[in-house]
Amino acid sequence: MEKKNSNPISKFVGYLTSNPIVLLLLIATIIMCFTVNNFFSWGNFGNLASNTAVRFLIALGVSGCLITKGTDLSAGRQVGFAACLAGILCQRGDYANRVFKAIPEMNIGLVLIIVIIAGALWGIINGLIITRLHVPPFIATLGTQTIIYGLCLVLTDAQPIGGFQKIYTSLITGRIGSVRSFNIPYLLIVAVVFGLLFWFMYNHTTHGKYMYAIGGNEVAAEVSGVNTTRSLASIYTIAGIMYAFAGYLLAAKSGGASASMGMGYELEAIAGCTIGGVSTTGGIGTVSGILVGVLVFELLKIILQFLGVNPYYNYVVQGVVIVVAVALDIRKYIKKK
Amino acid sequence: MSEYLLEMRDVSKSFPGVKALNHVQLKLRPGKVHALMGENGAGKSTLMKCMFGIYKMDEGQIYIDGQPAVIKDPMDALRQGIAMVHQELQPIPARTIGENIFLGRYPMKKYLGFIPAVDHKKMYEDTAALLKKVRMNFDPKEKVGNLSVSQMQSVEIAKAVSANCRVLILDEPTSSLTDNEVEALFRIVDDLTAEGVAVVYISHKMDEILRIADEVTIMRDGQYIGTWPANELTTDSIITKMVGRELTNLYPEKHNVPGEVVFKVENFTSINPRSFRNVSFELRKGEILGVGGLVGAQRTELMEGLFGTRSHTTGKITYKGKELKISRPKDAIDQGIAMLTEDRRGSGIMGVLSVADNVAIASLNHYLSFGDAIDGKKVQAVVNEMIQKMEIKTPSQKTQIQSLSGGNQQKVLVGRWLANNPDVLILDEPTRGIDVGAKYEIYCIIEQLAREGKSIIMISSEMGELIGMSDRIMVMCDGRVTGFVDRSEATQENIMALAAQFE
Repeated sequence: MEKKNSNPISKFVGYLTSNPIVLLLLIATIIMCFTVNNFFSWGNFGNLASNTAVRFLIALGVSGCLITKGTDLSAGRQVGFAACLAGILCQRGDYANRVFKAIPEMNIGLVLIIVIIAGALWGIINGLIITRLHVPPFIATLGTQTIIYGLCLVLTDAQPIGGFQKIYTSLITGRIGSVRSFNIPYLLIVAVVFGLLFWFMYNHTTHGKYMYAIGGNEVAAEVSGVNTTRSLASIYTIAGIMYAFAGYLLAAKSGGASASMGMGYELEAIAGCTIGGVSTTGGIGTVSGILVGVLVFELLKIILQFLGVNPYYNYVVQGVVIVVAVALDIRKYIKKK
Repeated sequence: MSEYLLEMRDVSKSFPGVKALNHVQLKLRPGKVHALMGENGAGKSTLMKCMFGIYKMDEGQIYIDGQPAVIKDPMDALRQGIAMVHQELQPIPARTIGENIFLGRYPMKKYLGFIPAVDHKKMYEDTAALLKKVRMNFDPKEKVGNLSVSQMQSVEIAKAVSANCRVLILDEPTSSLTDNEVEALFRIVDDLTAEGVAVVYISHKMDEILRIADEVTIMRDGQYIGTWPANELTTDSIITKMVGRELTNLYPEKHNVPGEVVFKVENFTSINPRSFRNVSFELRKGEILGVGGLVGAQRTELMEGLFGTRSHTTGKITYKGKELKISRPKDAIDQGIAMLTEDRRGSGIMGVLSVADNVAIASLNHYLSFGDAIDGKKVQAVVNEMIQKMEIKTPSQKTQIQSLSGGNQQKVLVGRWLANNPDVLILDEPTRGIDVGAKYEIYCIIEQLAREGKSIIMISSEMGELIGMSDRIMVMCDGRVTGFVDRSEATQENIMALAAQFE
């Protein structure tokens, strides 16, 4: 009986000792909970959950690219584009500064579908450039990143977008359950659903198996009958859909959108994945790891905020965390050799 | 003064599981071309790598001018006058000839008397002189990437000459050259020997050896067989000395019975003119067709062409009476063809993935339960079956494949294909780099598969394996099929003769 109990605990301890960054953060969080007022509160929890949720969706999208030894630098711009597109289409019919005055007020479900189709298109374009034109992912997505940003500026005329339908913004402010101050933000539910979906996709479908195989050894995967062209293209397409989803939610969450929305999110997502154990050499990465990686970042931000640290230092600390986390991770790997 | 410029005495070298060199010797006279010969895997390259300081010898001693010498690494070898032109050239294509030749030891000068900088003028002047020496009429500032293979080789030789080498090792220098280019190379070699350089010449081409070599040392299975003056040897006597070994009983008894023709290849020609051409052969149900040949015979390339990893221009593949169109491996796999790669690390295992994932990857379509979702239990069952059938030694299904031994990795890869239940199995060097015990187990699996009616194509560079396992042996040389040998008539001599039938 006791052995059964100690197993998951010893596993957890083993995990923490091999991931010192996570351990440090856990300790910091516990200390914060006991020493800083309001840190351990439902309000703060909801805030953390919503922030993490959007980042998590983006990180899930980019994780497929990373696991197959690629990357997607256009993630943040795709989020921005989706946010702007969603914002424009979700404006109230009676709002004075509507971008497209000709079209009537749209159903926000329809808008979601349009935004997702647009995101999928960006993903397909990335996928085709990488698989058909054989442009390395880093360069390919660097190019599309710039293209998408430019088109987004054209679309919005570099003006902020506002005047959303109430039903759209309430997607985010909405909560399930209201026992005292306890409630679950819708965003969290969306994140959980996608987390489970990706977990299933990565572990129990041919798509996932092919993805890990390509990351493990692309040549071997191809000669084992994997259509690597199609697999890679669909990975980038799925990524595009995830960014579109994130952008749609982000605009609703902020109550407004602009072309600069989601700036730098691709780097945060890549960093989150890497901290969460997605291997830069390909073939390794789990959904739970990605969640931990993203959570580490968001916790770190909140802790710094509660400690009253000058927000400019956030960047310094985040950068240090990225380098240290990956350096420690690589060290494990080198030792094994 | 010793009569030998360089001597290697009593050299032994072991790798895990293999004794690559067993008390080998080599004696080089100044101004002479010394040919080093032996089958694939006889230990020629290993010996040269010991001389060049890439490998450390377990036993033995090198003498230069009769004095004991220690060669620590390739830089040290160069300093002591030993240079090597590798089988696969590794130039930096985007840089100039001069930069390639002086890489790592650029002539330096001082700007304004104190800022160190590369002296380009001197470098290119020296390069021009060197190129003249190897009879190359080229601008020293030409990018190496614009040169042909033979010209790159000349650049490599110029590089060796620039280090004032006294011993020059040429490892299969003519494997990708045309006749004219070979002549040009021979003239360079003549020039060098006239200056007293000792040349070690590794090649499989008998006529070249007999033409250019002064002395021939023959090796077999890591053993030193002997050294003879080249004019006392003939093609036949060299072959006999290279292969003259007893076949021991390392192979299972064969009970498979070849049936009707199921797989037919006609006039198969590569898109690359230097690769396979006009290849035709038939394969029977339950037959093991061995494919023999020397390094560079294009056997792997041919099989990759059939399997869809390489492009071909003309040719027809007929399988069970219908013509196959194969443009990528998936097409071949869907038709029931499997190919076990020779390059286990490069195109076989997915190192960081589990044994189970490595087995299942080629047959995932068999385990679908709904839509794209995989039934984990089915996968587990198949993987278990493979682990048991082939006695794969692994702690669990979830173990990373890279932590297994080579033999067990190979069995996992065989399992990957068997899980797909193919009818035609192409096995490329199925026992390369595995220990003797595991080899026998793999032979038993191959024989068993043939007995079950599967057709097997087995590329092998080991004579014993070819003769011991095949029903028929197709021999290739330089991209062509030079002949078929039946099991009953197969000897090492007649296979080697076909394998060395250069045009």
